[in-house]
Amino acid sequence: MLKIDNLHVKLEEEDKQILKGLSLEVPAGEVHAIMGPNGSGKSTLSYVLSGRDGYEVTEGGATLEGEDLLDMDPEERAAAGLFLAFQYPVEIPGVGNMTFLRTAVNAQRKARGEEELSSGEFLKLVRAKAKDLQIDAEMLKRPVNVGFSGGEKKRNEILQMAMLEPRMCIMDETDSGLDVDAMRLVSDGVNALRDAGRSFLVITHYQRLLNHIKPDVVHIMSNGRIVKSGGPELALQVEEEGYGDLLAEAG
Amino acid sequence: MSETAVQTKEVTPQVSGASKAADALEARLGALSLPAGGFTAGARAEALARLRDMGLPGPRDEYWRYTDPRAFNTARPAPLAIEENAPDSPLFADIDKLTLVFVDGEFDAEASDDLSLDGIVIDTLAQADAAGDHWARDLYGVLEASGQSPVKRPFAALNTVAARDGVLIHVTGKPSKPVHVIHRRADEAADVNWHHVVRVETGAELTLLETGMVGARSNGVLEADLAKGAKLHHITSKRAGHQTVGLSHIFARVEAEAQLKAFALSVNGTVMRHEGVIDIVGDDAVAHIAAAALGDGNVGRFHHDDTVFITHAAERCESRQVFKKVLKNGAEGVFQGKILVKPGAQKTDGYQISQALLLDEASQFLAKPELEIYADDVKCSHGSTTGAIDETALFYLRSRGVPYERAIVFLVLSFLADALEEIEDEVLREQINDRLEAWLTRRAKQ
Repeated sequence: MLKIDNLHVKLEEEDKQILKGLSLEVPAGEVHAIMGPNGSGKSTLSYVLSGRDGYEVTEGGATLEGEDLLDMDPEERAAAGLFLAFQYPVEIPGVGNMTFLRTAVNAQRKARGEEELSSGEFLKLVRAKAKDLQIDAEMLKRPVNVGFSGGEKKRNEILQMAMLEPRMCIMDETDSGLDVDAMRLVSDGVNALRDAGRSFLVITHYQRLLNHIKPDVVHIMSNGRIVKSGGPELALQVEEEGYGDLLAEAG
Repeated sequence: MSETAVQTKEVTPQVSGASKAADALEARLGALSLPAGGFTAGARAEALARLRDMGLPGPRDEYWRYTDPRAFNTARPAPLAIEENAPDSPLFADIDKLTLVFVDGEFDAEASDDLSLDGIVIDTLAQADAAGDHWARDLYGVLEASGQSPVKRPFAALNTVAARDGVLIHVTGKPSKPVHVIHRRADEAADVNWHHVVRVETGAELTLLETGMVGARSNGVLEADLAKGAKLHHITSKRAGHQTVGLSHIFARVEAEAQLKAFALSVNGTVMRHEGVIDIVGDDAVAHIAAAALGDGNVGRFHHDDTVFITHAAERCESRQVFKKVLKNGAEGVFQGKILVKPGAQKTDGYQISQALLLDEASQFLAKPELEIYADDVKCSHGSTTGAIDETALFYLRSRGVPYERAIVFLVLSFLADALEEIEDEVLREQINDRLEAWLTRRAKQ
């Protein structure tokens, strides 16, 4: 599904290398987690993959089902099936959540040559999916993320994910700012989306989230590279011992 | 004296500057056919004296420093083609309302609705002026005159002198529907002076809508007098051609517990200026004035100026100024806003924000916010910002598959949302929003 090969990335504005030869492959249907200390380049990875401005790829590449990701505009990547759940979802006053969501869904459908959803079809779909995430009609009507609590914002991200049905979901510290109940809701939403044709890359500081969203593979990232990969037990090891020993061991 | 003669005459500024300006004013007046006036005759004569005393503004006048007044000073406007395909104004087309149509500033009874409506008496200025005395005699040119201090507004006085027509509305109850004034163009060179007078009596309410295209050049005045507990909601969206030159003024007197809410949407126009002069004279009154302006310098020069002066002369009153401009391809925006709190106007709550969204580096926004406060127990704030599209929000939208141009439209609407919030009626607000969205979508492709 997602293949990252020897990716080198620097900031455009300053001469600072963030990713230094990162390689990773997430096969279809699998959940991979990336853990790592602050400043290891986790968020940069998620931004570079989804096409945010301000980064320059100096070497290596990334493909989504064989298509060169890095050549595409962010909206093209989205239409190709990539989704980034933001660590800090953005508030957009004056633009209704429903309007935004419907525009996004239909723009993607149009880009893929599919028929757009009518407002009736869209409403029916969004109501059903919102209900599962305990997002009420009032929240749907409000401007995008405005006045939402931290948990509501993250649930709104998962609602977007559920509506857009991406094949490759990147979740950037989705657990940050969530209490236990909200974490369970969000995790249930993600788990409901797991299937053989959809992959996840879960970026997190803590093992906690991985109790709810069980990964197939855990990668440890440090200084712009993957330094160790293993099973879910690797996450538990981080939780117990911290990154120190692991990183020392990885050299 | 012709316009050309005035412009080309070689003079030494020290000696002849004043006479040159006086000549320009006489040329300006001479090009208009001035009504003698019936009930307005006295007001017109006084306004003429006032105007001759003030003269036309020059670039050194403090309130004309950022907007070149020359386009308004010339004797005649440059003729402007009437776009064949320009729809009248689809805005507010499908709501229940009483419509008055003005063509080049003159009332067109045939195109208008019957003017009778419960709770309200509507006349037109030209007819009433011909008929004799009228209630509007107490207001015509009166609020304009009192709005001449401390800041001179010569074009408003010129309007009082020259206005041929307009609507006179006396509101005594709560009419079941809004009054909608639609402006249309017929003559390519029309230089239009329209003048409305509205008196809203105690506890009465009116929503006044104003749309359409006015002249090659226009100069408008609305005088609004709100009695105790009265409500006036004024929503205007005038279509402008890319070369249109336009001025408009609102002079309002707001008495105790009354509420004035004014919103103006402007798109296009080469030099446009809107002045708001609001005197809050009774306790517990509310006055909100908001505007959204959008301009694209690519289709001709765009210069848009909002100049607002709100005076608090009573206790516990609230005023809000919310001004937003979206500027693109070298468009220029100006905001001059003042809150004056007079001695004794305690517990005043005054708020003012002016913001520009610059869609490129060639556009510019000049803001001059002012507070002048002579009471010690007040809450007044002002702010002004100039910024670009928020890159994080843009990326967020695009990462969801929203195409770049569509994302920009969303973010511009988002930027304007606070100003549109000042339109209380949800249906009217939606219509303005849709109009904006259509304009933005069209322009995004150009």
